[in-house]
Amino acid sequence: MNLDELYQEVILDHYKRPRGAGLREPYEGESHQVNPTCGDEITLRVHVEGDKVADVSYDNVGCSISKASASVMYELVNGATVDDALAKLAEFTELMNSKGQSEGDEESLEDAVAFAGVSKYPMRVKCALLGWKAFQDALIRAEASSGRTNA
Amino acid sequence: MEAASKLDVEAIRADFPILQRRIGDKPLAYLDSAATSQKPVQVVEAMRRFTDHSNANISRSVHTLGAEATEAYEGARAKVAAFIGAPSPDEVVFTKNSTESINLMAYAFQNAAFDPAADPRFKLGPGDEVVVTEMEHHANLIPWQQLCLRTGATLKWIGITDDGRLDLESLDEVITERCKVVSFVHVANLLGTVNPTSPITRRAREVGALVGLDASQSVPHLPVDVTELGVDFIAFTGHKMLGPTGIGVLWAKADLLAAMPPFLTGGSMIKTVTMERTTFADAPAKFEAGTPPIAEAVGLAAAVDYLDKLGMANVRAYEKELAGYMLERLETVEGLEIIGPRVPIGRSATVSFTFEGVHPHDVGQILDAEGIAVRVGHHCAKPTCERFGVNATTRASGYLYNTHEEIDRLVEALGQVRKVFG
Repeated sequence: MNLDELYQEVILDHYKRPRGAGLREPYEGESHQVNPTCGDEITLRVHVEGDKVADVSYDNVGCSISKASASVMYELVNGATVDDALAKLAEFTELMNSKGQSEGDEESLEDAVAFAGVSKYPMRVKCALLGWKAFQDALIRAEASSGRTNA
Repeated sequence: MEAASKLDVEAIRADFPILQRRIGDKPLAYLDSAATSQKPVQVVEAMRRFTDHSNANISRSVHTLGAEATEAYEGARAKVAAFIGAPSPDEVVFTKNSTESINLMAYAFQNAAFDPAADPRFKLGPGDEVVVTEMEHHANLIPWQQLCLRTGATLKWIGITDDGRLDLESLDEVITERCKVVSFVHVANLLGTVNPTSPITRRAREVGALVGLDASQSVPHLPVDVTELGVDFIAFTGHKMLGPTGIGVLWAKADLLAAMPPFLTGGSMIKTVTMERTTFADAPAKFEAGTPPIAEAVGLAAAVDYLDKLGMANVRAYEKELAGYMLERLETVEGLEIIGPRVPIGRSATVSFTFEGVHPHDVGQILDAEGIAVRVGHHCAKPTCERFGVNATTRASGYLYNTHEEIDRLVEALGQVRKVFG
């Protein structure tokens, strides 16, 4: 088993220096997600301005994969349009479900392609998706609270 | 160092083909027997022989195979009964696992609530109390917790000291005259604590409460004699004691089983049936609705034979020494903190620990890359985790086939964890 493939430098770097961590105001949607098998948790807030994700802030406990994934996600979706952010979510989810068959598009997913190796470890895919699940849920809540309709 | 042991561990290991497996290019070191044990060839062979030679449903056919299957199934019951010192095989009920065994007990109380003629020992309502401990596996917490929520009874628990022992000083306060049943874990699955039973059974008797044990982690590892323990019921499971999955055991005193309403109803548990009503068979059949796990019972009997041949006192002695070695070696790992008793007294060879800010998932992953199988997470004991202020732990659990060398490999691999995350 090649551990370097799983614990790539870029993942360990995000784990040790998470980007955008901490909970901030203002926000329209907040989500709390847990992974019941390991007890990992994340609370994540989304602030939407117009059609843009103006801020994503979060507080989490968990393993290196789940923490690094939240940090990488922050870089990808913060400041993006809601539609672009949702596209990244779909693309990253697809990469995680690829069972090691996809390398991911670095143009689009940037640092997140480092998680391609994680998709070979079914027990860890849930870790990598926890933050993204919270983001998706918080976005739905934000839209509900602002009355914005989205396709 | 293993010279004093009466177990020939190398010979034992030869009975477990899976222990020859390699994970990648590393030999497997299986340190997760508290989750499920491995099975010796004797167990797998017994099940295969039964399936190839005698398979039939039990208790309902006059043909030869039916008679052989019934004999095998009832023989397994007698074997299990003898193994735990039960006065009669009729006190042994086969279930699916420990969880079902405990639910069967809890539902006896719940079903009694609907029966005006129910035995008063099973009558539970507001003002009554049920006692567990803070170190329960969820299997011996949630059935009682839900029972209390449904009946209006109060759930109380015995706390844990900082050393990972039960806080027995609070016993008289927690177990009061209002208590109807005390159900507590014999050997804790996360902490590895072997709980003293007599202070709790004595107190339960004083107040007239029933008392039972979750023996899932004790029956596989140490001599358990229900008569000596002086309890009313115990629950344990086959797959943690070298047997197959899909079969568990509830032992309870005959007079209790006679008084308890059935849990699951249906085929094989009746005396007579009309469209309006049913009279139930005597225990244990009353609690074994539907076709039971027959081949699994045969496998469990073979596992009991295997353990009997080694001698449970020898198994316990070997594991006590192994626990001491695990604790001693793990204590040398910088940044590692043991959750649970730190001395090998009143302790099993199950050791949980945290590792200097590295999440257990990551510890487990790196150990796996070295061929070492441990369990990571909350081990179905979230309240215990909370008591010690941790979200999750890494747990290494040894059994009669584990060696000092495997513990050495574990300790060495933990150095690798530091290298990746240091």
